[in-house]
Amino acid sequence: MSKQIPLAPGLFTWPSDEPALLGGRCGSCGYVAFPFREHCLACGLPEMAEVELPRRGRLWTFTTQQFRPPAPPYAGADTVESFVPYGVGYIELPQACKVESRLTVSDPAQLSIGQEMELAIVPFGVTSDGQPTVTFAFRPV
Amino acid sequence: MDVAIVGVGLHPFGRYEGKSALQMGADAVREALADAGADWRDVQCAFAGSMEITNPEAIVGLLGLTGIPAHAVLNGCATGNTSLTMAAQSIASGEHDLAIAIGLDKHPRGAFAADPSVSGLPGWYGEAGMFLTTHFFGMKITRYMHDHGVSAATLAKVAAKNFRNGAANPRAWRRKPISEAEILGSTVVNHPLTQFMYCSPDEGAAAVLLCRADQAHKYTDKPVYLRASALRSRRLGAFELLSPSLPLESVPSPTVDASRAAYEQAGIGPEDVHVAQLQDTDAGSEVIHMAENGFCKDGEQEVWLAEGRTEIGGLLPVNTDGGLIANGEPVGASGLRQIYEIVTQLRGRAGARQVLGNPKVGYAHLYGAPGTAAVAILST
Repeated sequence: MSKQIPLAPGLFTWPSDEPALLGGRCGSCGYVAFPFREHCLACGLPEMAEVELPRRGRLWTFTTQQFRPPAPPYAGADTVESFVPYGVGYIELPQACKVESRLTVSDPAQLSIGQEMELAIVPFGVTSDGQPTVTFAFRPV
Repeated sequence: MDVAIVGVGLHPFGRYEGKSALQMGADAVREALADAGADWRDVQCAFAGSMEITNPEAIVGLLGLTGIPAHAVLNGCATGNTSLTMAAQSIASGEHDLAIAIGLDKHPRGAFAADPSVSGLPGWYGEAGMFLTTHFFGMKITRYMHDHGVSAATLAKVAAKNFRNGAANPRAWRRKPISEAEILGSTVVNHPLTQFMYCSPDEGAAAVLLCRADQAHKYTDKPVYLRASALRSRRLGAFELLSPSLPLESVPSPTVDASRAAYEQAGIGPEDVHVAQLQDTDAGSEVIHMAENGFCKDGEQEVWLAEGRTEIGGLLPVNTDGGLIANGEPVGASGLRQIYEIVTQLRGRAGARQVLGNPKVGYAHLYGAPGTAAVAILST
């Protein structure tokens, strides 16, 4: 497990038994954004502080990605032949924000607006020096 | 100073191997000039829009080196409206008497594959397979169908209408009617949207010649006047493309803001519009844009489509030339294709797809990444 590295630094706490996405909360107006950013989009002040976002939320909307995206920029370890469709959606995280994320399931029959979802850290790709990477996704609870 | 459109030209959208975007643009300009009986040397300024061509104003090298101010324009999917508006403003200000707006583009096949940094987004967003504009369209219509009871059958009816209109348009790219069953049964691209519910990037050009309203009759006996033009970017809370996060509270899309501003400028309302072009990046977008532009309430699209109200013979014909679904989207030219079609309809020259009853007011709407909308209102 410890050999797996996050797709990018600063996205989520890792390694961790209870990983959480890392967002920013404005110290002035309370606006929450993901990923962390220095300037608040609501009030413009550089007063964002890093916060762990709730691990659970509700599915606000979703779609699916049925074919392998153009690469680059896509960097999954799969090939056109081995590609497995994935879900994409927004999760409403209480008292925080809606976060856009991959979903662990892509069958629309298993997804419905309002259902409870939970953060999962999933295997994703391989770095140029051969290290496996992980990224964030949400799965139905 | 009022502004009139006196000539329109189109290089049909499609695939043209071996022909450059600038050559297509020059063809469209020559057609617009011929339409108005004007010469290139009469044109006093030009605004040329393109996404793929970094210097579309180089088109003067194909048309004649007359020394006029020639500007490059790029504003995403709203580029055509921006070129039109800038040309109109150059006349309204009194600076010029005759100006031209040009759009030209030549996209490679397939989904746009750019680096997320061009949209100010982090690299991981693209690596993880999230930097795809089509996700937004699937997610927006999924939520809309859930909230307002719109069915997949209605999405298929929209796409079938646009293919049917394309079949009646000799200059459309897709000229074959496709049944609702075939549309619903085609490959899912992003649930619930199928392959035949999406438009594709392609190639083509369009041009619109504008002049001072008091000189319009020098060029045409059927001038069409630009009554309003409004551009808006997204406000915080609008559900827009390429947003890694959104606030919990939602606000309306920039389309709603641009539409309201345009109605106010024109002094007319949606009930006065006789023919409309609404951005149909996909069938779901057309459905949503019917309501966002004020033509129906959320959810009424079910009955509108069931009763054929947006068909050429209906209450409000929408995308009479087949829209983006039947013409594809060369980004720089797409908005001016809309103007070409509205002008053609208002002049009664649309042939087999002509809207009956002598339409007098037309409406053109654009929407695209990263949350930009534009509306133009034209009338005779």
